[in-house]
Amino acid sequence: MTKLVTAVIQPHRLDDVKSALEAAGVRGLTVSEASGYGRQKGHTEVYRGAEYTVDLVPKVRIDVLVADEDVAGVTEVVVQAAQTGKIGDGKVWVVPVEDVARVRTGEHGDDAL
Amino acid sequence: MEWDTGAAAWMLTSASLVLLMTPGLAFFYGGMVRGKSVLNMMMMSFGAIGVVGVIYVLWGWSMSYGSSVAGIFGNPFDQFGLSGTLFDEAGDPVVGLGNYPQVIDVAFQVTFAIITVALISGALADRTKFGTWLAFVAVWVTVGYFPMAHMVWGGGQLSGAEGSIAAAMFGTTDGVANTSPIDFAGGTVVHINAGVAALVLALIVGKRKGFGTEAMRPHNLPFVMLGAALLWFGWFGFNAGSAFGADENAGMAWVNTTTCTAAAMLAWLLTEKFRDGHATSLGAASGIVAGLVAITPAAGALRPVTSIILGVVAGVLCALAVGLKYKFGYDDSLDVVGVHLVGGLVGTVMIGFLAADTGLFFGGGANQLVIQIVIALVAIVFSGLVTLVIGLILKATLGWRVSQDVEVGGIDLAVHGETAYENLGGARVVSEVK
Repeated sequence: MTKLVTAVIQPHRLDDVKSALEAAGVRGLTVSEASGYGRQKGHTEVYRGAEYTVDLVPKVRIDVLVADEDVAGVTEVVVQAAQTGKIGDGKVWVVPVEDVARVRTGEHGDDAL
Repeated sequence: MEWDTGAAAWMLTSASLVLLMTPGLAFFYGGMVRGKSVLNMMMMSFGAIGVVGVIYVLWGWSMSYGSSVAGIFGNPFDQFGLSGTLFDEAGDPVVGLGNYPQVIDVAFQVTFAIITVALISGALADRTKFGTWLAFVAVWVTVGYFPMAHMVWGGGQLSGAEGSIAAAMFGTTDGVANTSPIDFAGGTVVHINAGVAALVLALIVGKRKGFGTEAMRPHNLPFVMLGAALLWFGWFGFNAGSAFGADENAGMAWVNTTTCTAAAMLAWLLTEKFRDGHATSLGAASGIVAGLVAITPAAGALRPVTSIILGVVAGVLCALAVGLKYKFGYDDSLDVVGVHLVGGLVGTVMIGFLAADTGLFFGGGANQLVIQIVIALVAIVFSGLVTLVIGLILKATLGWRVSQDVEVGGIDLAVHGETAYENLGGARVVSEVK
């Protein structure tokens, strides 16, 4: 079986997380720019005295497909590498994946990882 | 006839500098709106260049400097199409305000008419039909700007000439009022005039959808700073050119234009720092324009040190005034009122205190202060009434507003068929390139 590990992290932690995942043997991942907020909330900007609340702050989202037995390790690697200890560090979550196909070869399941 | 070629060269340079202010204004305003309406914002300035550039030589000059009708406007048919403006009956060039051909004065004055109308567009961001704007430009410059230029600079009611308000109040000596109003380069004609018009139009046209509730942050602050820089550069033509010669008066105006503006920028930044916690780039650009506006009427009457005082007052008051629109609920989108009306009033009135010879603080008594307040009030009432009538007529005929879906979706795409930036049209697939 396969799992999808998704992490939403601070943009400036991306490089460290990516190298840590490579070192842990992860061979592929998808990164996208995201925006959102958690307990950090947004911030305010002032233009000519008018205050704007910016609710959504920039984040980076990483999606990694991993085999069942690697899930705990990969999750831990991401948490370690992304952590700064401040509010706004983000979240990592894991969901089960029914099937994966590799487009080039047509392989399915763990063979496609 | 021996021309003063130095003056002629400077005046032609000044005219070119002032013309550059309007594209500069396009950047200043364009950067302040949202990315979906920047082209429309800039087009309002460029459109004003087109319309006024043509109208001015037809009847604009004549209505400003032609034979006076009751001291309120020049007869448009007196020098229609510049007949009699350029050459006398013997075929020689007519002499201008300085010892150079008058055609150079036409060049200089047309650029003032253009920028004045363009200033008003800042109150109309994101939501105004382009055709209605062009119609407004044509009508307002004709019945709002040219008469005001005539009254102040063409020997009309707001000048110091025989038959003017000042002459009636203080009497005359050798055909000149004993205390003449001072408007060196357009505190009343340009800034109070445009500022009041902006306020009236903001009320007639109404608020943008989401005004006061939605974030409408400036989409490109570097554009705003570029615009402020171009405006400052052009303003040397505006103010130092208003000396109509290349002399000490022009030099004084140049230095005052710089010191007042520098002081106003610092004052705006300090006001922001204390009130909001940050000195912003938008504040620097805005303070620059506030200082330039305030020194405009006063550039020849002050000295560099007193111009610093004017700059500080203008910077602080304008920085506070831009918040009024939220308090009173009028959508003067880019603060034409807070910067140009308030800055123009500050400059016009403070001449009464700070003028080198006639100011209250310099032993000149109160007469200068009184007449400065009078011309400012007349300018406010005149511009307010004229704009109210034009604005309401256009509302009932052409209509001012684009539809709400156009406003939300972006006026650039709907009205001009373009977008400023590639990612503004959403995910688009170009299916066919013709």
